[in-house]
Amino acid sequence: MVHMANQIALFFASYPKDEAVAGVTDHFQKFWEPRMRKQIIEYVAHGGGGLHELALEAVKHLQ
Amino acid sequence: MALIQEMDYGTPKRISGTAVTLEIDGKPVTVPAGTSLMRAAAEAGVQIPKLCASDNLEPFGSCRLCLVEIEGRKGTPASCTTSAEAGMKVRTNSPKLAKLRHGVMELYASDFPSDALNGSGVNSEFKEMAVAVGLGEVRYGLAGRNHLNSEKDESNPYFTFDPAKCIVCSRCVRACDEVQGTFALTIDGRGFASHVSAGDKPFIESECVSCGACVQACPTNSLLEKTVIQRGQPDRSVVTTCAYCGVGCSFKAELRGDEVVRMMPFKDGKANHGHSCVKGRFAWGYATHRDRITKPMIRAKITDPWREVSWEEAIGHAASEFKRIQAKYGRDSIGGITSSRCTDEETYLVQKMVRAAFGNNNTDTCARVCHSPTGYGLKTTFGTSAGTQDFDSVEAADVIMIIGANPTDAHPVFASQMKRRLRQGARLIIVDPRRIDLVKSPHVQADYHLPLLPGTNVAMINALAHVVVTEGLVDEAFVKERCDLAAFEQWRKFVAEERNSPEATEAFTGVPAADVRGAARLYASGSNGAIYYGLGVTEHSQGSTMVMGMANLAMATGNIGRKGVGINPLRGQNNVQGSCDMGSFPHEYPGYRHVSETAVRESFEGAWKVHLQSEPGLRIPNMIDAAIDGTFKGIYIQGEDIVQSDPNTQHISAGLGAMECVVVQDLFLNETASYAHVFLPGSSFLEKDGTFINAERRIGRVRKAIPPMAGKADWEVTVALSEALGYPMHYNHPSEIMDEIARLTPTFAGVSYEKLDRLGSLQWPCNDKAPEGTPVMHVGGFVRGKGRFMITEFVPTDERTTGRFPLILTTGRILSQYNVGAQTRRTDNNIWHDMDVLEIHPSDAENRGIKEGDLVSLASRSGEITLPARISERMQPGVVYTTFHHAMTGANVVTTEFSDWATNCPEYKVTAVQVQLARHISEWQEHYRQTRRLTTRIEKESTAND
Repeated sequence: MVHMANQIALFFASYPKDEAVAGVTDHFQKFWEPRMRKQIIEYVAHGGGGLHELALEAVKHLQ
Repeated sequence: MALIQEMDYGTPKRISGTAVTLEIDGKPVTVPAGTSLMRAAAEAGVQIPKLCASDNLEPFGSCRLCLVEIEGRKGTPASCTTSAEAGMKVRTNSPKLAKLRHGVMELYASDFPSDALNGSGVNSEFKEMAVAVGLGEVRYGLAGRNHLNSEKDESNPYFTFDPAKCIVCSRCVRACDEVQGTFALTIDGRGFASHVSAGDKPFIESECVSCGACVQACPTNSLLEKTVIQRGQPDRSVVTTCAYCGVGCSFKAELRGDEVVRMMPFKDGKANHGHSCVKGRFAWGYATHRDRITKPMIRAKITDPWREVSWEEAIGHAASEFKRIQAKYGRDSIGGITSSRCTDEETYLVQKMVRAAFGNNNTDTCARVCHSPTGYGLKTTFGTSAGTQDFDSVEAADVIMIIGANPTDAHPVFASQMKRRLRQGARLIIVDPRRIDLVKSPHVQADYHLPLLPGTNVAMINALAHVVVTEGLVDEAFVKERCDLAAFEQWRKFVAEERNSPEATEAFTGVPAADVRGAARLYASGSNGAIYYGLGVTEHSQGSTMVMGMANLAMATGNIGRKGVGINPLRGQNNVQGSCDMGSFPHEYPGYRHVSETAVRESFEGAWKVHLQSEPGLRIPNMIDAAIDGTFKGIYIQGEDIVQSDPNTQHISAGLGAMECVVVQDLFLNETASYAHVFLPGSSFLEKDGTFINAERRIGRVRKAIPPMAGKADWEVTVALSEALGYPMHYNHPSEIMDEIARLTPTFAGVSYEKLDRLGSLQWPCNDKAPEGTPVMHVGGFVRGKGRFMITEFVPTDERTTGRFPLILTTGRILSQYNVGAQTRRTDNNIWHDMDVLEIHPSDAENRGIKEGDLVSLASRSGEITLPARISERMQPGVVYTTFHHAMTGANVVTTEFSDWATNCPEYKVTAVQVQLARHISEWQEHYRQTRRLTTRIEKESTAND
């Protein structure tokens, strides 16, 4: 899950930060089933170690 | 339907801006300039006798049967090689012509088996011509020198060559050259000794690819299908669509009663124009193979033997298990998988059942593991999840770039069309780690072969784009008019950076910068540049990025929105496009509309009379992960074999093993069925009605030729299961399912079986704006409005070679086998490929002491298998290759869980491996051999009924 999230973040990392965070957030919302989003939200709540900063930021927008 | 005899106009249609009017047998006829007299006559309803002519071959003028008289001219010219001219007055019949033709036929007959000419056996053009010229007694007898005792060549499993019946008309040779483009046949010898030769070898040992074009062309039955010899003359035809690759060839299933005698490519098929490959033409015997399961079966545990039961019991058991699981673990604990091997109507029903009866969006399809990045990438850039062209578009292409595809093996009929265009002079660029056949084959040679290292596609596409942007090759007018300029400028700036130059990316791709620059200039400066691609693009961690990269390149060079250009995904299976179009993905309804779009969802809720979920469901890999986590417990899998086809077999097996109810619907007890609790017998494409959609968005009819062997078509099984779940569906025929699809899907609004029957096929979008379909998309504007350039940063895959795993494995397909081999392994195609082998470069082999045919182990961090080695210079050093057609090989034991960032399409094309000599088969294969036997036992009960 962390690997997948980081891959998504790396794609959007080429864009300006606001656009990138929005892109990652949108991707989570459109393609990740709720239980997957719940898992990553919980993961971030427990520190989110190893997550790309854009993914971390995006997860905050999911909450 | 009676046996269909298609009209043969004798010579190909000519296209000309000039029309000529002439008179044939007193009738005025107007045809395009360049049309032969034979064709002009045929168009006027006058059939001139012929043997060496056929309208899919250039005229040859050898048989001397089609002679005519032209007023004011001497002699009797051959009508096939004489062009129509204005004012000509042509006679096709006269006493003189009749005598000449009779004499010619009599000479042919003097060296022809009399039983084949006079007997009541299989029809042939030769017999028809004998009747047409009134041939009776042959004056010359058979006592002279003849070929009647020539030895038959029966080496090919599907057809026989009997030289005794050969009149050396060269139709077979020309078909191999002009239609197939293989150039395997020739006429050897001179005069009486002249004969058809496959290079002085038996057919099976020759370059012949068994496409069947020669057999189809033969007018005498010298080349004839063995099934026709065995089963006799067919008496009826059913026009249908092939169930193999994404070309979607149209075929006539020719039957004798309910037994298929042969599959003949249909001339009116717009995807194949009467051509075929070895799979569609010959490899259909699986449909009645003894391994077919025709009774439903259930079992409590996967280690139990299967128990045959009635349809009612099997469906009832599956439904009650799914209900029990949902009651215990929640609504989202089950899901379904649709198949690209099933029809549109069947996939539509499966996703409908999941959404409406299961009450969630946990539906996915096998396109997840092949072309899901195509959908994502093309929707993001162009606005729709499909290829942009029809196949015929290639006939207008000036530069063809093939990226990560091997059309001669995986899409052979389209490859023949492409090769024809290449022989006419189109230029060719191939981007592929392997030296595929098209790099150099008879009369085809690529201008550039860019043999990049697997995993570096995006670096390559950025380098190509860098050249376009920095060398002034952008089509500025196109971009300004058609594209989002802010996104373009952002992309232009990115791609122009030095780190994206061919010189900088050479370190990743391994391809000399000069070749990349040359290829980019060629693509950008040819009038029409067309990109064709396959799974070598999509099955990477950056699969979606690469699709967007290709779209960027096409937009930047203005190669989109007209004939001869475009971005063309070559879809692997017959209905990959259709299964995606039908809403099989967990986030989209039919027509690629997100489940969160309220208006769309409400339209389905209204039609289906049920509340629908607005959140995306689980993808296949997510389902497996969730099963291992304990939150996903049941699955309905129609026509898909995820254990063999999906990556990291052990992970897939563990996921399925953790489920409480696995329902498999298939023709055979496939590998996934080893983990199933309910088996529902499937129906082959010959046993049902429906539609398939090919790689060019062409909707083609599948028509029932024989009754379903298990009593139900697949769509009927889904309907029964849905009803048992408490959500009845009411359809009397698949046409009613398509009517519903058309009502609910704007791009299909104009589609109906009536229109398909009338027009043959339709390319979506088909609606009020395009009532007869859309061959080329994005003409005048993109579906999304302005084309959107996307930044495509190259991110190397995390799958890296190491000291322990120093080689890269890439997997793929070959001509004679198809996907997991469930169909082709049950045919004589095994003669060409009875096991998967590991292709390895000579230097890598030598370093390991490996010789041709040695058993080697192939190990990755996921697992280890063993298979025979094949030393091959098609590979580059450091890269090995295998196929996944045979279950016992277990190629996907080795592949990993890494996948495309956007779609989770597996990274099949890059796995770090080690290869070593092996003394015995792998532990996994030994385990497989034992467990497979255990999990496929069937307990036959005399009380079972169906």
